[in-house]
Amino acid sequence: MTLASRVIPCLDVDAGRVVKGVRFVDLVDAGDPVAVARRYDAEGADEIVFLDITASSDGRGAMLDVVSRTADQVFIPLTAGGGVRTLDDIHRMLDAGADKVTINTAAVDNPALVSDASRHFGAQCIVVAIDAKRANGGFGVFTHGGRRDAGIDALAWAARMEDCGAGELLLTSMDRDGTGDGFDLALLRAVTGRVTIPVIASGGAGRPADLAAAILEGGADAVLAAGIFHFGKFTIAEVKTVMRESGIEVM
Amino acid sequence: MSGTAIVDLGTGNLRSVARALAHEVPGETPAITRDPAVIGRAARVVLPGQGAIGTWMAALADAGLRRAVDAALAGRPVLGICLGLEALYSFSDEDGGVPCLGLLAGRVRRFTGADPGARKVPHMGWNRVRQSRPHPLWRGIEDGARFYFVHSYYAAAERDDEIFGRTDYGLTFTSAAGRGNFFAVQFHPEKSRAAGLRLLRNFSAWDGAR
Repeated sequence: MTLASRVIPCLDVDAGRVVKGVRFVDLVDAGDPVAVARRYDAEGADEIVFLDITASSDGRGAMLDVVSRTADQVFIPLTAGGGVRTLDDIHRMLDAGADKVTINTAAVDNPALVSDASRHFGAQCIVVAIDAKRANGGFGVFTHGGRRDAGIDALAWAARMEDCGAGELLLTSMDRDGTGDGFDLALLRAVTGRVTIPVIASGGAGRPADLAAAILEGGADAVLAAGIFHFGKFTIAEVKTVMRESGIEVM
Repeated sequence: MSGTAIVDLGTGNLRSVARALAHEVPGETPAITRDPAVIGRAARVVLPGQGAIGTWMAALADAGLRRAVDAALAGRPVLGICLGLEALYSFSDEDGGVPCLGLLAGRVRRFTGADPGARKVPHMGWNRVRQSRPHPLWRGIEDGARFYFVHSYYAAAERDDEIFGRTDYGLTFTSAAGRGNFFAVQFHPEKSRAAGLRLLRNFSAWDGAR
């Protein structure tokens, strides 16, 4: 196996600015998503994900500008998501320079959006984000940032999204997100065992060993993390060293 | 003739290719175009594409555009990217079967996901490219360097002398191919950081000869 497991930093963007307190002592403006993306590129990120968490619609245009300015300077795959509801939204993101677009709540509201988007733009650029939470002895899908129970089984949903033409799944454990307690490996195993498209593990990264476990034990193809990188706890290179020592092929 | 034309067949992130070329080559402002006259005037031509090859070949069926692309392939430096590699073969299994340009010997098949080490389709991420023979576009790039791939179909090439790079994903497939003045890669140099940018820079300096 020579395909590398991917390490993907995620930036939450609100009206064009990075939130969740990214701290890099030597960055002049740690709130500038483009500057932070450049930093992660230089550190060896395999992709970068921008997630627009802007609540108001007038702040949304800022995301397109962030994607566009990043794509002028950073030559690795860029994924953008947050608030994507229509084919037009997807088209605008791709046109701005995103290589992939994540669809989350809109996929639950209207699964046909995923099949339409996949047919229209190609499966390779359609990532379905699934926010999953333990419920009733299984895993349920939640929307609206984990606040609303969609009443759908996460495993069945993952399989259905694959059938609809998703090229990849971004699977977040809402139970672990932000805890730093490690990924929900049971959730990961269940989903990666169910689908044959790549799965990005998200939610719970606290130490480099957590990212290795998501690959080795969870069966993930890529790991996404935010805080572990933003707060300067670990660099991407440090994480990759631990992964490599665990026998994982990394870039 | 001058400049670079990036042929717009309606799929793929064409601006990424333009941005990477502009970033890497001082003074380069590539034209993203489907205008046969612009393609005809270009010193070099890029054929990028992502998604469905049926749609891509259908866009190329426009007579004027097809003549301009054929003319470029007949003599000027041409770089194919992703679908731009697959299309050089005679036939793709995609979409129930699509006849392609037939400039290279072989056909395009789908990854089946049958191999335990390559169960995931698409093949997505950074994989190694073994340079099977020297080429000016490999200049300054380490043999075995990783490039970014995203594709579900691959070229099963039949002629060894048309293969310039190989990659393992369950099976071994042709990740770089060409003949004479055209060269094509299955990966995305515009998304492959330093190695990819170097390949694009090499292309912009290439005269189309081996």
